[in-house]
Amino acid sequence: MTLLVQNGTCGYSAAHPVLQNINFSVEAGEVLCILGPNGAGKSTLFKSMLRLIPMLGGALMIDGEDTKDWPRSRLAQTIGYIPQATSPPFAYSVSDIILMGRTAYLGMFASPRKEDIDIAEEVVDKLNISKLLDKRYTELSGGEKQLVLIARALVQQPQILVMDEPTAALDFGNQQLVLRQISLLSQQGLGIIMASHFPDHAFLYSHKALLLKDGGIYSIGNPGDVITEESLCDLYSVSTRIINTGVYSKTAQAEVKVCVPLS
Amino acid sequence: MKFSDIHTQQTKSMRRRVLCCALVLLIVIIASFNFGRYGVNLIDAGKVLLSQIFPIEQTWPDNYEKVVIYIRLPRILAAVFIGAALSLSGATYQAVFKNPLVSPDILGAASGASLGAALAIFNGLGAFWTQAMAFAFSLGAVCLTYMVSGKIKRDPALALILSGIFIGSLAEAFITLLKFMADPENTLPSITYWLMGSLSNVMMSDLTYVLLMMVVFAIPLFLLSWQLNALSLGEDEARSLGVETKRLRIIAILCSTLLTATSISIGGLIGWVGLVIPHWSRMLVGSNNKALLPTAALMGGAFLLIVDNVARSLASTEIPLGVLTAIVGAPFFIALMIRGKSNY
Repeated sequence: MTLLVQNGTCGYSAAHPVLQNINFSVEAGEVLCILGPNGAGKSTLFKSMLRLIPMLGGALMIDGEDTKDWPRSRLAQTIGYIPQATSPPFAYSVSDIILMGRTAYLGMFASPRKEDIDIAEEVVDKLNISKLLDKRYTELSGGEKQLVLIARALVQQPQILVMDEPTAALDFGNQQLVLRQISLLSQQGLGIIMASHFPDHAFLYSHKALLLKDGGIYSIGNPGDVITEESLCDLYSVSTRIINTGVYSKTAQAEVKVCVPLS
Repeated sequence: MKFSDIHTQQTKSMRRRVLCCALVLLIVIIASFNFGRYGVNLIDAGKVLLSQIFPIEQTWPDNYEKVVIYIRLPRILAAVFIGAALSLSGATYQAVFKNPLVSPDILGAASGASLGAALAIFNGLGAFWTQAMAFAFSLGAVCLTYMVSGKIKRDPALALILSGIFIGSLAEAFITLLKFMADPENTLPSITYWLMGSLSNVMMSDLTYVLLMMVVFAIPLFLLSWQLNALSLGEDEARSLGVETKRLRIIAILCSTLLTATSISIGGLIGWVGLVIPHWSRMLVGSNNKALLPTAALMGGAFLLIVDNVARSLASTEIPLGVLTAIVGAPFFIALMIRGKSNY
């Protein structure tokens, strides 16, 4: 499975596109981390990939097939989206929220059946979150919500997961909980695209990093190669020292580095 | 516990509660035959009703039949169906606009209907045309709202609410103008009374047709309840879950608007039911629309029937129904907000 964005132009009006000349691909089992300052266009890129806004140019290809005319259900069966955890206005039970991931497989007038419930059960067991099931979604903590949203996306049985800052607003422990889960999922063959504000996360858990700046791709490649003291200074205007930790990352197959901002 | 066990448990408990609500409605319906100026005991009322279908020997006074079949029955049916329709469309609107404070008149359905009725009364048209024009203007107002919202470049749900407010106040302005020009001896009171809402003029002959229409408009909403769950998470999330949001929103708004328009056209303006009852129902069965929509319909029917019973038996003249739903509804809503669980 390959997701490919080809000559993508993304944005809200053709006269002022937010992003131009976007080219990248993600393979099964690969984690791509998208970095960029606020307003660089991360969310716009995500919206285009999920077809929440139409691509202004170029194409989103999955296994060589243009997804432009796919019905939403087919797209949802291929790409799962994990938004930032928010509080919905209605207090659905956790099990309802997870089952909503099956909507793409149900007819317009249908509700989840036995087989959908079995799939949900499998995912819940895999993520080990059954203790959350008898709660309401709105009662959960930020980290728990994020896990439930991951479960919902997995119940969609997608080949690609798109995550918008999955660790935003999570404490240190929950961040690692979510990132470890992402890493496990990629080992099981899912392609993962995530936006992040932390270059450190790219070193820890991703195979590829994509840096966005000034309406286009600044650089893309191995995190160790593209995330440098220079590139961070260009992107965020922060002088940074990157330090080797001596800790080995299984995902990136390289030594983990950390970024220390210098003031 | 396994997911499937918890799911079965939750489904069973939801089903039990919906059944309880159905039972409550049934009891209220039966008891309602006894309310009113002319006392009819329930056993006789039951016999009269059954005698319409089965041959039963007459053991009751002659005028019982007139009271039960031609006065009480249509009124009870109208109250139950209008209450159910308003509450059901309120619950649907709330899911579509992902906002629990939305009521069925948010898109201008009620103001449109009022304008239609006021125009008909102003021009001296009869009861039939008042109903028909209320219905037509109600739909027209919502269509206009929908068209205007398409031009607003915002979140579609927000755009709809904004243009609904705009169309609503425009219609209100024209109603005021009509009232200003109306004959103060004759048409002005009629318009004012119509706007207060009442079921006293409901007749069995027009009712059957209207009730059938309501059932037809309600069925798609029950069938779409799972998709409505996803839609209530918001535009982007729903689409990423595979929902064709635009199509779903149109069908849901169309059906619930038709329900509202039908209700208003026969009962006049009856506020609060569509806002309060879905809230209350959510406290009873939770937010899942699969249980919420039937519960809202059942409880809406029971609520309006009780209020109508009070309206026709509290004072020597009938209290306008719309006034009473507001007097009962507003404090009830506040009480729910204060005393209810914060999270439902």
